[in-house]
Amino acid sequence: MRPLRALPLLPPLVALALLLALWELAARALHIPAYLLPPPSAVALAGWADAGPLLSAAAFTARAALTGFALSAVLGVLVAVALASSRILERALYPYTVFLQTVPIIAVAPLLVLWFGAGFRAIAVSALIVSVFPVIANTLSGLRSVDPALRDLFRLYGATRAATLLKLELPSAIPSIVTGLRVAAGLAVIGTIVGEFVAGYAEDAAGLGITVMAANRQLRTDLLFAAVIAASLLGLAIFGVVNLAGHLLLRRWHPSEKG
Amino acid sequence: MPALATHPAPAEPAPSAPSNGGVRVRVRGVRRTFAGGVRALDGIDLDIAPGEFVALLGPSGCGKSTLLRLVAGLDRADAGSVEVDGAGSAGGIPLAAFVFQDAHLLPWRTVLTNVALPLELRGVPEAARLAEARAAIEQVGLTDAVDRRPAELSGGMRMRASLARALVTRPRLLMLDEPFAALDELTRQRLDDQLRALWLARGMTVLFVTHSITEAAYLADRALVFSPRPARVVADRRVDLPRERGPRTRTDGAFVRETRALFDALEQGGA
Repeated sequence: MRPLRALPLLPPLVALALLLALWELAARALHIPAYLLPPPSAVALAGWADAGPLLSAAAFTARAALTGFALSAVLGVLVAVALASSRILERALYPYTVFLQTVPIIAVAPLLVLWFGAGFRAIAVSALIVSVFPVIANTLSGLRSVDPALRDLFRLYGATRAATLLKLELPSAIPSIVTGLRVAAGLAVIGTIVGEFVAGYAEDAAGLGITVMAANRQLRTDLLFAAVIAASLLGLAIFGVVNLAGHLLLRRWHPSEKG
Repeated sequence: MPALATHPAPAEPAPSAPSNGGVRVRVRGVRRTFAGGVRALDGIDLDIAPGEFVALLGPSGCGKSTLLRLVAGLDRADAGSVEVDGAGSAGGIPLAAFVFQDAHLLPWRTVLTNVALPLELRGVPEAARLAEARAAIEQVGLTDAVDRRPAELSGGMRMRASLARALVTRPRLLMLDEPFAALDELTRQRLDDQLRALWLARGMTVLFVTHSITEAAYLADRALVFSPRPARVVADRRVDLPRERGPRTRTDGAFVRETRALFDALEQGGA
């Protein structure tokens, strides 16, 4: 199967083309109304016709999602470091970080509007709440699974707490942190869209979530699909950047990035 | 004392062991029971003279590694006392170094910065610690690999880097916990030779935990033979071999005699 190895992208692209063709044919042959399921060609045309507004909406959503993601990365790692520093602290607080994962964000979002006002800040915080837990959980497990012999070694050579954290624990946890960030990347976009549903009606905030709601009200299902695809591509792009950064960080020493 | 090299004289008695760079280790009545009631050590006494090369020989899981960890200060005894150079256990004292069963290098660092780590943790300035690290790396014959990362090294090279990391602090007490057990026989013998040569040059006290009779006989000047758990010292034997040892030593009649004596001691101890 040499051609497959040479073109790793070929199989998924062929699958996509077949799926789109099938969808196009089905939508036309079965006369499915466009407001229920527009054919891909109509989605593409709508995306092209509304490219300007879609792009500016995507730019807003990207800004909010990246802000929430960056907050997640920084706060998630900091919280994990704090929890890892003491068993008591971990036992006291970890259950409440799980709460972050289970909280129904759509129900809490109105609260965020009350606290942060409608618009960018509430939306970014929504992205943060949805995406921070995997960063905390993965970082914590990375910090906890440091090679015990290396801990002994640091102890034997009289390493300070700070040196142990910076030179042993955090570097050891990088593979786990990257895993957490990969999950957080997609979740941040989801949190942003949900945040926009509730808090995105401010004048300065017109992201893809707003596009989706407006298109839905106008039964412009073709535009709705285009916006959904744009949001997915955005999540994919952030994921890709995290993957690339992880690869660059780990390729020299971690087995997951070898070969 | 290179003069001795030309005279493969019969083994010297205990007190003439090199003592310039080593420290004394005294262990009195040490007990250690782990959670779950496993008694690893039940009243152990040890007296190691400065500069001695002592093999701690015993069956796997007998508690000899536990004893080494107690001396290093990596674990605490339930009863009894450990004295290194007249003070408490060696933990945090700049005179001790420890080599583990596996290399345990930091995978994101090069050989050079791995070896420099102990000095880095003690706040030695960068230029000085890298120079020391290069010297230690040269001593274990790893100069070609200074800029490589552990994943790019063979098992033997990793272990040599680990040895260099232990030597870089110029320890007066070197503790090794079955350090070459995972290596192939040839590599292991080469590292044994290197370790013995380093000891002859530096004269630090060496505590070498092993379950290999031949390794104990080949390396050490004194072998303490342990019983199965809880570890007791069942034999304290001076290894009657020349100071300078090499591949020929292994086929020597005296070497065979020593290994047999250690084997018998292990058997009598119930291993």
